[in-house]
Amino acid sequence: MAFTDEQLERYSRHIILKEIGVKGQKKLLAGKVLIIGAGGLGAPAAMYLAAAGVGTIGIADADKVDLSNLQRQVIHTTNDIGKRKVESAAETMRAINPDITVNTYYDFVNSSNIMDLIADYDFILDGTDNFPAKFLINDACVMAGKPFSHAGIIRFKGQLTTVIPGEGPCYRCIFKNPPPKDAVPTCKQAGVIGAMGGVIGSLQAMEAVKYLTGVGELLSGYLLTYDALKMEFHKVKLPPRGDGCAVCSDHPTITELIDYEQAACDMKQ
Amino acid sequence: MADLDFTVDETIDITSVTCPVTFVKTKVALDEMDEGQVLQVHLNDGEPRQNVPRSIADEGHEVLRLDDNGDGTYELYIRKVGD
Repeated sequence: MAFTDEQLERYSRHIILKEIGVKGQKKLLAGKVLIIGAGGLGAPAAMYLAAAGVGTIGIADADKVDLSNLQRQVIHTTNDIGKRKVESAAETMRAINPDITVNTYYDFVNSSNIMDLIADYDFILDGTDNFPAKFLINDACVMAGKPFSHAGIIRFKGQLTTVIPGEGPCYRCIFKNPPPKDAVPTCKQAGVIGAMGGVIGSLQAMEAVKYLTGVGELLSGYLLTYDALKMEFHKVKLPPRGDGCAVCSDHPTITELIDYEQAACDMKQ
Repeated sequence: MADLDFTVDETIDITSVTCPVTFVKTKVALDEMDEGQVLQVHLNDGEPRQNVPRSIADEGHEVLRLDDNGDGTYELYIRKVGD
């Protein structure tokens, strides 16, 4: 595939980079990333991946744009209130870069649809806001052998890690089970500073770009935490993938996907 | 044209574009060539002459020579290094 003059100009700042170059940009254009959640994390990630020319981007979310989303979900605008988030997100992404294909999935991910959803993608980005979804994404990606970026944000804190199934530890290696319902506040109850999604979601996009191009070292085997109030980043080394994990060890005890119950206050009205 | 002790395999003209597309076009042309082949680049004096040879050398390619055409343009000869 040869670049058009327009593509050369659009991606010139990538092509100039020694580590990316022509080959790296072609890998991005051939790359397929699925973003689950078009919210605080998914919004900046989707915009950067679209701008970067990731050729196929899927975006899954069952919500509609709400006024209270706009403080952080920068892919949506005031005019989008009431629209499906996936449609609003896709419009912004196509406006940024008409070069790419955006697939929208107006659906909650659950144990019956997630394997089909992730099957066509090279890398998955978890931009969800609840533990049942995070464990489901982890388990599905481990079972399907799909690398993914996990992230979570709350108040002034954020964290992320990258999971390469079969190589590094998975989310369940760190956190064995979801916390009891209501033991941990959601960001709806606890609040979250708007730019946190920008920081952590952009780091997730960076991991996706690095995975697709094969450049640099991924955050596999580490948890990166960010405390905005203290202005501290910590890169915490995780124990290696071991025998103990219920899903990613060589003898897993979890072999089927689980739909954990959501805290009642988070359910759709 | 000056006497060259090598054969030119490909030629591009980047006088109609500005920085950084000058370098991008040169990089793309080299990407499509084989290791050891020589690219001749027709470029303007000023920013292109200052930046393109240096950037190409930073990428690990061999800048063979840069000839002044005497009309505000130059001929740059690059041997591709690596695949």
